[in-house]
Amino acid sequence: MILRLALGSLMARALTVGMTILAIALSVALFLGVEKVRTGAKASFADTISGTDLIVGARSGSVQLLLYSVFRIGNATNNLTWESYQDIASRPEVDWIVPISLGDSHRQFRVMGTSKAFFERYKYRAGKSLVVNQGAIMDDLFDTVIGADVAATLNYDVGDPIVVAHGLASFVEHEDQPFRVSGILEKTGTPVDRTVIVSLQAIEAIHVDWRSGARIPGQSTPADVIRQMELEPKAVTAALVGVKSRLQVFGLQRAINEYPSEPLLAILPGVALQELWQIVGIAETALVAVSGMVVVTALIGMMATIFSSLNERRREMAIFRAMGARPRVILSLLVLEAALMAAIGAVIGLVLLYAGLVVAQPLVDAAFGLWLPIEAPSLRELWVLSGVVAAGAIVSMLPAFRAYRMSLADGMMIRI
Amino acid sequence: MGSIAPILSLKDVRYQWPGRASFGLEVPDFSVAPAERVLLLGESGSGKSTLLSLICGTITVKSGVITVAGTDIASLSAGQRDRFRAEQIGLIFQQFNLLPYASVLDNIILPLRFTRLRRARVPAPRETAKALCMNLGLPKNAVSAQAGTLSVGQQQRVAAARALIGAPPLIIADEPTSALDAATQATFLSLLFAQADEAGSTLLMVSHDARLAEHFDRVIQMSDVSEPARLTA
Repeated sequence: MILRLALGSLMARALTVGMTILAIALSVALFLGVEKVRTGAKASFADTISGTDLIVGARSGSVQLLLYSVFRIGNATNNLTWESYQDIASRPEVDWIVPISLGDSHRQFRVMGTSKAFFERYKYRAGKSLVVNQGAIMDDLFDTVIGADVAATLNYDVGDPIVVAHGLASFVEHEDQPFRVSGILEKTGTPVDRTVIVSLQAIEAIHVDWRSGARIPGQSTPADVIRQMELEPKAVTAALVGVKSRLQVFGLQRAINEYPSEPLLAILPGVALQELWQIVGIAETALVAVSGMVVVTALIGMMATIFSSLNERRREMAIFRAMGARPRVILSLLVLEAALMAAIGAVIGLVLLYAGLVVAQPLVDAAFGLWLPIEAPSLRELWVLSGVVAAGAIVSMLPAFRAYRMSLADGMMIRI
Repeated sequence: MGSIAPILSLKDVRYQWPGRASFGLEVPDFSVAPAERVLLLGESGSGKSTLLSLICGTITVKSGVITVAGTDIASLSAGQRDRFRAEQIGLIFQQFNLLPYASVLDNIILPLRFTRLRRARVPAPRETAKALCMNLGLPKNAVSAQAGTLSVGQQQRVAAARALIGAPPLIIADEPTSALDAATQATFLSLLFAQADEAGSTLLMVSHDARLAEHFDRVIQMSDVSEPARLTA
């Protein structure tokens, strides 16, 4: 019956109560939404590269190697000589190896030279493979496959010509060897979206007339001559390695790290991603803290509305007291009302979250390559929801205690 | 009254509102016999509300003894006094008696919520509430209506039903008819008396309206009961 009275009382003040509930619902939806994005981003991040057992590069830091080889951020301090590359490739543990050669750019996007095996071996988001959306994987020496963001930003179609610039922020272009877009990849949400992929040989081809990072004056080898040349690279930037048996990963890693003729570094991508996330993760903590504050703000708003309703509810309290209710009953009635508001708000917030997810999921995936799974609320989310209800009950203690004291003083008579 | 134990008695009662030196109440001797209908007449400011609060135990006396149905109120703890009030006293106010958002039924059975004793006297609250509403001349379907939607006269009848349910020994009415017009007043009072008789409850009504006197067994002026005191304590 007390519950029925509390509900009736809330219903009688539908407008203010509704606004309060709406504020709580929105804040809860925001909080849970941030949680979703956070876990989704973390999962997407960890899924940037999968299926690769080791990443090999010149010796530097593991995060640095991960950053330039996978995220195309920063530069390699040194290269991996072609001899070392082939040495590793020929080891018995190695199942496959994919070279990566970086250093040139097209507009704001990095150019990556690699082998065709890259398209089979590079996996993301728990084993998904790259898919060519339009056109085909490069066939000719001067063919290129571009990521979805490259195509979208520069408005490229299959067949368009591309001129690659030497270096990363350079006006010196390899204009004598223009490329042709042969394929455009589907959006992946990984750095591949922002990459222009060419063959390893193509990287060599555009540097035929170059020595030590500068063009040899007056020399310009025609493309058909280049095609006849043996375009074996002298070095690559890094290599992705798959082993035959997972058990061999650590053995191979040690062997590469102790490689005698050149200082090399082999990293486990999963471990390096974890390390990197610890750096990036500070932002996520800040995000959670901010959205948590929004929930707190909504609850304080509720407290304020309860406070302001106390005076107009003195009559009601006097009636309760006259009927033999102890002041404690009035306290618990107010706390119950607050808990109900918080609970309704939390449930509506959850509904808003799922409604939002249904609408936003494909959009977010397309725009940011961020996959937000729609699944039953996790235990953590249920804890958050019950925490909101509990916090609502706790903050309402303040006005409820004031009502307690008022009703103790007023008794059944109201004197103002 | 003679040898019958009074349902209500006040002896040498002195009360002073805290922080208000000028205003207080002193009742040397006042009692009401069981099943009696007493009208207490007094102007506003004569201490009626204070007296009712004292009898109901929401405020406590500094000195003197108040007994309701044989129990010295001062001997009870605050919580016990609240339950005792729910058990022994049915209350009707001038107006705004009801929780406007609750149904008529919930309003009527509200006092039963706070006392097991009185609840035990009403085995079927819903039916009893309906019967009381019928007897007090309310429409048949009134119990399920929201209290706030009723007219003032109907609300007062609901308040009467609430005071009567579970037959508390003492019914206290504080100007219950002042918000009603003359015709409704008479009907209301006769219905109230009939139901109080049926329940065997004593009725103490407080009013400033001397015209109501004819309906009562005994009429007392507030000024005869109390000395709105120049207290020295």
